[in-house]
Amino acid sequence: MTLESTLDSVNSAEASATRFAAGAGFDEDEIARISMAVREATINAVLHGNAYDPAKKVGFVLERTRDSMVITITDQGQGLDPNKIPDPLAPENLLKQSGRGIFLIRAFMDEVQIRMLHPGTEIKLIKHVPGVAGDNKEASQ
Amino acid sequence: MSMKANTRQVDGIAIVDLSGRITLGEGSVILRDTVRDLVGKGNKKILLNLGEVNYIDSSGIGELVSAFTSVRNQGGELKLLNLTKKVHDLLQITKLYTVFDVKDDETAAIKSFK
Repeated sequence: MTLESTLDSVNSAEASATRFAAGAGFDEDEIARISMAVREATINAVLHGNAYDPAKKVGFVLERTRDSMVITITDQGQGLDPNKIPDPLAPENLLKQSGRGIFLIRAFMDEVQIRMLHPGTEIKLIKHVPGVAGDNKEASQ
Repeated sequence: MSMKANTRQVDGIAIVDLSGRITLGEGSVILRDTVRDLVGKGNKKILLNLGEVNYIDSSGIGELVSAFTSVRNQGGELKLLNLTKKVHDLLQITKLYTVFDVKDDETAAIKSFK
């Protein structure tokens, strides 16, 4: 799915993730965490990556593998170097207005993979479905 | 649900009853404008009642931090009241729970302002 670089896309991606997570069998608390992680990742793509540029698009893919829900979000921005993300819990950053998005994503998901695309960034969010083993893809959207 | 903010004055404290979602866009802007307006009118004791705030994202958290620092920089105090579990958990995770003065009783919160 391709999304415009708008705030509506953020809300749309969040709503899609909420429905998909519910369908995958996650409980209410986990659905909320997944939805928020997706919201934060889409905000990063729209706001920090593409900077609301209408010429740049956001890629958004929801997948259900055998044991996980996988969300992949890409942008066409300058690229986010995962090694240069400041720690928002550091005393000097605690009262900064921004910089908590990636931290919250990592707190709420089981695995987070960030890859620079030159140009752009791909972030893959993975949440394991409790009690299911294996990694074969069963369905994708 | 969009964000709403209603301000009332109790014993010299500006209490802002917030409801809905404090997120990137309208919610964050309403919070920013409300606090900026209060500070501009000389209010230095502000209590944000988050009892009806059911969702907040990183932008909303940033707006709370910004409100806190801007009021403090004016020599005032900004405190939080009635956190929902979700907001409480978010402030814990981000280590901001210890930064904010968080209250769960309005009367006690009002008395706590200097």
